[in-house]
Amino acid sequence: MEIKATTRVYSAATVPQIAPTKRFQWEEAQNCWVILYPEGMIKLNSSSAEIMKRIDGRRSVAEIIADLKQAYPGAELDNDVYAFMEVAHEQQWIRPKPGQ
Amino acid sequence: MSNSGYVPNLVNKPLWLLAELTYACPLQCPYCSNPIEFAKIKNELSTEDWKRVLREARKMGAAQLGLSGGEPLVRQDLEEIIAEARQLGFYTNLITSGVGMDEKRIKAFRDAGLDHIQVSFQASSEELNNYIAGTDAFRHKIEMAKLVKKYEYPMVLCFVLHRQNIDQIGDVLELAIKLDADYVELATTQYYGWAYHNREQLLPTREQLARAEPIAHQYQEKMKGKMRIFYVVPDYYEVRPKACMNGWGAVFLTIAPDGTALPCHAARQLPGLEFPNVRNHSIEWIWSQSPDFNKFRGFEWMKEPCRSCPEKTRDFGGCRCQAYMLTGDAANADPVCDKSYHHHLITEVIDRVGRIAAKKEDAPKPIVFRNPRTSKALADARPAVKPAVPA
Ligand code: SF4
Ligand code: SF4
Repeated sequence: MEIKATTRVYSAATVPQIAPTKRFQWEEAQNCWVILYPEGMIKLNSSSAEIMKRIDGRRSVAEIIADLKQAYPGAELDNDVYAFMEVAHEQQWIRPKPGQ
Repeated sequence: MSNSGYVPNLVNKPLWLLAELTYACPLQCPYCSNPIEFAKIKNELSTEDWKRVLREARKMGAAQLGLSGGEPLVRQDLEEIIAEARQLGFYTNLITSGVGMDEKRIKAFRDAGLDHIQVSFQASSEELNNYIAGTDAFRHKIEMAKLVKKYEYPMVLCFVLHRQNIDQIGDVLELAIKLDADYVELATTQYYGWAYHNREQLLPTREQLARAEPIAHQYQEKMKGKMRIFYVVPDYYEVRPKACMNGWGAVFLTIAPDGTALPCHAARQLPGLEFPNVRNHSIEWIWSQSPDFNKFRGFEWMKEPCRSCPEKTRDFGGCRCQAYMLTGDAANADPVCDKSYHHHLITEVIDRVGRIAAKKEDAPKPIVFRNPRTSKALADARPAVKPAVPA
């Protein structure tokens, strides 16, 4: 997926948070991480879940990337993380923390 | 393997738990889906019973919890039930008319961990809203909708559409915009319970639908990215049935106020089923083992035309309750389907409704508002809900 720079909401310094209307949690019965919202549930694959786990309303995108690189040494993941942020934003799973 | 053709370990887990906390409600909507005889069903579950139900259902994998009724705000232990649900990891939805709510309670719900409140409106104008609800509730609802927003809940407004208000669909959507709703559900009345009793008064006409649909789509287009609008055509006007509850005992579990466990909230009226009660059985047994939850699982129970129909894996033959109410046999195809041998029962109602609306024919009976008095009177007049056609 290609996301043009002009449509970008998230830069390295943006601090994302989980949208107040969504819940991100581990579901034992599904054996995966999910996002819960009023009409249902989205099951996440493990790489999306690894990013979501680090979205805590404190860390910036750059810090999330750095943290992921520490957990997965050698992985080229900058573009994937930025792309995920935009998609997750569009789906209203996350938002930039207000007041930045 | 049981004779219904189901293999226990292939049964899905219940993902949705609908907790009907009470049948009590200060409103009197004539389209209410509660059973006609609700006033005779006493013996509500205790707080502890509900907590156990939540624990057991959660353990089986239920993730979404709907708290409804009746009016769930009538339960004074609602805050406690919400807190338990939150602690167990449910995504908790409160489905309410807003009557009985105030800022103190909204705040308490937030603190208890409630995720989402859905406020239902009867119509857009005060006069009609109050007429339909049988009370003076409109102004209060507007206040409550504003508070929902203030406490950062996703605002889901639900308008139940029927013949008496569908012509105001544009006003309804303008009101939703004014209230800054995130989601609007233009829910079409489902003809169960009271709505079935009042069907000839509530079913929109063909002409009304033809007018309403383009307006709904126009607003969907206009509000793209700002407000999501769900609009569904009443199933009577379809030629294929809805995949009711995603299949019997597939993902939905309803617990009625008295603890009766149901695969859908209308199933209580089906004859020949005893439906287990959470007072006597575990959720695990009810879901996986009870004969009633297995009765319409799989495809073995089907009759023709469903049995040999290639579409049965998509719609599961439609709604068992609708099949029963209209044809007298819950194992028949949902008569909404134009392959059903009983489809004429649907088209006849649509034609009759057209004549009634045009004042060419009188409605068979006056509209009946839902309240304990009418409930008892109707229940006494017909002890069991009789199907339209004898079995
Ligand atoms: S439909 Fe109306 S009467 Fe029935 S429970 Fe809901 S608010 Fe009360
Ligand atoms: S015949 Fe039965 S299975 Fe086939 S489309 Fe109609 S309701 Fe569905």
